[in-house]
Amino acid sequence: MKARIKVTLKNGVLDPQGKAIENALGSLGFGGVDEVRQGKYIELDLEETDEAKARAQVEAMCEKLLANTVIENYAVELEAA
Amino acid sequence: MKASVIVFPGSNCDRDIAVSLEKTTGKPTTMVWHGESEVPQSDLIVVPGGFSYGDYLRSGAMAAQSPIMKDVVKKAKAGTPVIGICNGFQVITEAGLLPGVLMRNAGLKYVCKDVLLRVERTDTMFTSQYGNGGVIRIPVGHHDGNYYADDDMLDRLEGEGRVAFRYSDESGALTEDANPNGSQRNIAGIYDETGRILGMMPHPERLADPALGGIDGQKMFDSLLAAA
Repeated sequence: MKARIKVTLKNGVLDPQGKAIENALGSLGFGGVDEVRQGKYIELDLEETDEAKARAQVEAMCEKLLANTVIENYAVELEAA
Repeated sequence: MKASVIVFPGSNCDRDIAVSLEKTTGKPTTMVWHGESEVPQSDLIVVPGGFSYGDYLRSGAMAAQSPIMKDVVKKAKAGTPVIGICNGFQVITEAGLLPGVLMRNAGLKYVCKDVLLRVERTDTMFTSQYGNGGVIRIPVGHHDGNYYADDDMLDRLEGEGRVAFRYSDESGALTEDANPNGSQRNIAGIYDETGRILGMMPHPERLADPALGGIDGQKMFDSLLAAA
């Protein structure tokens, strides 16, 4: 299976990089952008074919390494290969 | 006092801290490679500054999972004192020895300069030689030093006297201007519950000899020697 993982900052955690992107968009003339939050996108190819097992595996990876749950949330999407 | 310094691929302050410790203790310091599985019996374990694993994923995240860190965590929990400096602070928070996280600097820039720190406690093994505390000068050099923890944790750290150093002005006031990276409540370093684990962004080893322009950092090594 393919796993697509999005790691994003939790609400309330300041995102200086997102803020800088927002300012840059403004100075490029892109109006109407209220808030920019920057995150990470990680793709994995898994040998596991069972969706429930794959999800449990990827969530464990997120908890242990891929995300720092003090400041980050993660969302996992799975797709059969 | 026998000290061990953990060396990761990308560490670059490991030899500086070894020089400071050897000068202070008169004993050789053991350098321990990240791929090893055990730290020799030590009176102090140092997780040094640098850019372990190229700061991939998050600063300190990869190093925190390296083989040697399992034993560092085990020995720390069994009572061996540990100091994590700069990248080492990031590594030991990622490894769960200290709460919170070091985020990208609020100004987004790498900051490399001397900063002033208010010594919050002088009754710990790391700070006994700072007299009555006061304000000291120690260099920082980091991109991710913006200390973050939620308000409950910050209140707890303050309530339990676990803030080690704060960025301040010359009078000890915690101003926004004195804060180089946007850290919550101007926090530059914290202790664990026992006071035996210290994480700090500033580099005491960089001002530990008159030839470097100051000795405020040396007093931390003198404190450690006095406690040994």
